[in-house]
Amino acid sequence: MRPSIVLLLAVGVLFAAGTILLLERTLTRVLLGVMLLGNGANLLVLAAAWPGSPPIVGTADPAEMTDPLPQAMILTAIVITLGMTAFLLALAYRSWRLSGHDEVQDDAEDRRVRELAERDEGSDAEDLDTDETETVEVRA
Amino acid sequence: MTWLVPLPVIMPLLGAATTLLMFRRPRVQRAISVSVLTATLVVSAVLLVLSADGPLVVAVGGWPVPLGIVLVADRLATLMLVVSAAVTLCVLLYSIGQGGTDGDEEHPLSVYHPTYLILTAGVTNAFLSGDLFNLYVGFEILLAASYVLITLGGTENRIRAGTTYVVVSLLSSVIFLAGIGLIYAATGTLNMAQLVERLDALPDGVRMVLQGMLLLAFGIKAAIFPLSAWLPDSYPTAPAPVTAVFAGLLTKVGVYAIIRTETLLFPGGRVADLLMVAALSTMLVGILGAVAQSDLKRLLSFTLVSHIGYLLFGVGLASRAGIAAAVFYTLHHIIVQTTLFLVAGLIERRGGSTALDRLGGLARTAPVLAILFFLPALNLAGIPPFSGFLGKLGLIQAGVDDGAVLSWLLVGGSALTSLLTLYALARVWNLAFWRSPVSTDATPLRSSRLMVTPTAALVAAGVVLTLAAGPLYSLTDTVAGDLLERTPYVEAVLP
Repeated sequence: MRPSIVLLLAVGVLFAAGTILLLERTLTRVLLGVMLLGNGANLLVLAAAWPGSPPIVGTADPAEMTDPLPQAMILTAIVITLGMTAFLLALAYRSWRLSGHDEVQDDAEDRRVRELAERDEGSDAEDLDTDETETVEVRA
Repeated sequence: MTWLVPLPVIMPLLGAATTLLMFRRPRVQRAISVSVLTATLVVSAVLLVLSADGPLVVAVGGWPVPLGIVLVADRLATLMLVVSAAVTLCVLLYSIGQGGTDGDEEHPLSVYHPTYLILTAGVTNAFLSGDLFNLYVGFEILLAASYVLITLGGTENRIRAGTTYVVVSLLSSVIFLAGIGLIYAATGTLNMAQLVERLDALPDGVRMVLQGMLLLAFGIKAAIFPLSAWLPDSYPTAPAPVTAVFAGLLTKVGVYAIIRTETLLFPGGRVADLLMVAALSTMLVGILGAVAQSDLKRLLSFTLVSHIGYLLFGVGLASRAGIAAAVFYTLHHIIVQTTLFLVAGLIERRGGSTALDRLGGLARTAPVLAILFFLPALNLAGIPPFSGFLGKLGLIQAGVDDGAVLSWLLVGGSALTSLLTLYALARVWNLAFWRSPVSTDATPLRSSRLMVTPTAALVAAGVVLTLAAGPLYSLTDTVAGDLLERTPYVEAVLP
C-alpha cells in the first residue's frame, strides 16, 4: 500500500485552511471552514485505500483492484456533510435575519458571571450586601 | 431471536417517516410516537433478557461479517438501550403534556415528533453498532436531530446558543471521521471485533495516535474538561424536555463510546493517567462552575459536566470494579439528570423563571414539586442510601483498591465534588423552595398531569434504582467482566 503524497498534502492544506476558517467569528466563514474540513477528512479516508484499477468485478484482476470500502464510506460522509452544510447555511441565514449579522456570539451568562467576579461581588443571589466603594478601588 | 436486534433502530426511523407524513394531525403524530417508543422499550427489555446468554449479532444486509455492518446487542448495549428507551418515553410524554415547547405554544411545531424519533434511532444505533463507521453514522443521525431540536422555533437565543453547539459537534465529527480513516489505513477494517486483534499487532505509537483521535472525538461529545465549554451555554436555552433528553442521553452516548472503545479496542489502560487527570479536572471545574451559577438550568448543566468526571474515573481505573461502578453510575446518572431537568421545566412553569433570585416559597405553594425536586437532588449529590451514593461508593472503593497516588487524589476529588454538589443543590433548595415567596409579576402556568406523571415516574425509577441496586450492581459487574474479557464479544461477532 502506497498512499500518494499529493493526496496527503491536499489533506494537510484542507485541514489547515479549514481550522483557520473555523476560528473566525462570522458563521459564513465557519461554514466554509466546516466544508473544507469535511472534504479534508473525506480525502483522508480515500488515502486509506491504495490506488489501483476500478473496483468493478470483471474489469480487472481482484489483486489489482483498489479497495472499494473507503469510497463507499466517503459517499456516506459526503451526504452527511452536505446535510450539515445545508443546516449551517439555514442557521447563518436565520441569524442574519434575526440580528442583522451572523456572528457567533459570546455566552451572555458567562459575561455576567465574569462581570460579577470583577466587581468582587460573588454570584450568590442572596448575597446582596456589597461594598461599592471597595470595588471602585479594586477596579481603579 | 436475532431478528429483534435491528428493531430499536428501525422502528423509530419508520415512526419518524410516518409522523412526518401526518404533520397535519398532531393527535395521530402523538399516538404514533408514543406507541413506537413503547414498542422500543419492550423490545429493548426482551433483548436485555436474551443477551444474558451471550451477545446477539446481526449482519445487516446479509453481508458476511467482516465485510458488512454488524449490530451487536451485548449486555452493556442492551442495558443502555433499556434505560435510554425508558427515559425517552417519559420525556416524550412530558413534552406532549407540555403541548409543544416552552414559549412556542402559539405555533405548534410539526417537526418535533419526527425529529425526536430520529434522535432516538441515532442513540440506539450508536449503542448497537459493532462497526466504527456505523457508530459514526449513528452519531451523525442523533447530532443532526439534536441540531434541529436545540434551535427549535428559531428564536434569537436558541440560534445563538445552538450555533456553538452545532459548530463544536461538527468539529468532533470531523475528528472522528479522520480517526476512522486512519484506523482503516492502519488495519484495513472497521469491524470492532476484527480490530481487536489487528490493533494489537500495530506498533505502540500508531495505536496511541488512533486512540487519541477517538478519545478526542468522544471526549467532545461526552463533554469532558477541557472539551466541555460548549455544553453549559447550549443546553439551557432549549425547551425543557429537549434539554432533559440531551442531558440524560447525548453525553452518555459519548461516554458509552469511550467505555466501548477503551475496553474493547485499547485495553490495558495505556492512557489511564490522562483519563484520570481529565476526570479530576472535569469534576472540579464542572462543580465550581455550578456553584457560581444563579440560574437553575445552567447550574444543572454544570453538574452534568462535573458528574461525567465520575464516569471517566471508573473507565480510567480500568479494573473490573471500576468499570462496573462506572456503568452503574452511567445508568443512575441518565435517569437522575433527566429527572432534574424535567423538574426544572416544571419549576419554570410554576415560578415563571429558572433564575434563582426570582424564585421562592415553592415548598409551600407547590409541595409536590418540592418532593419531585428533593429526591433526585439528594440522589445526585450522593446522599445515602440513594443510588448516587452507591455508585460513588463503588467508584471510591475501586479507587482505593487501585492504590496509586492519582487514584487517591481522585477519591478525594470525588468526595469534594459530592459535597459541592450538595452545596449547590442545597442553595437551590434554600432559594427556590425554602425561603419566603418573592413577589414577581409572573403568573404561574398550570402543569398538566401528563407533565407531572412522567416526572414522578422517573423520580420513582431513581428510587427503584436504589432498591434494586444489589441485582443491578451484580449485573453491571458481569458487564464489566464481559468488557474486560473481550473474547465473548469477538467470538460472537467472528465465530
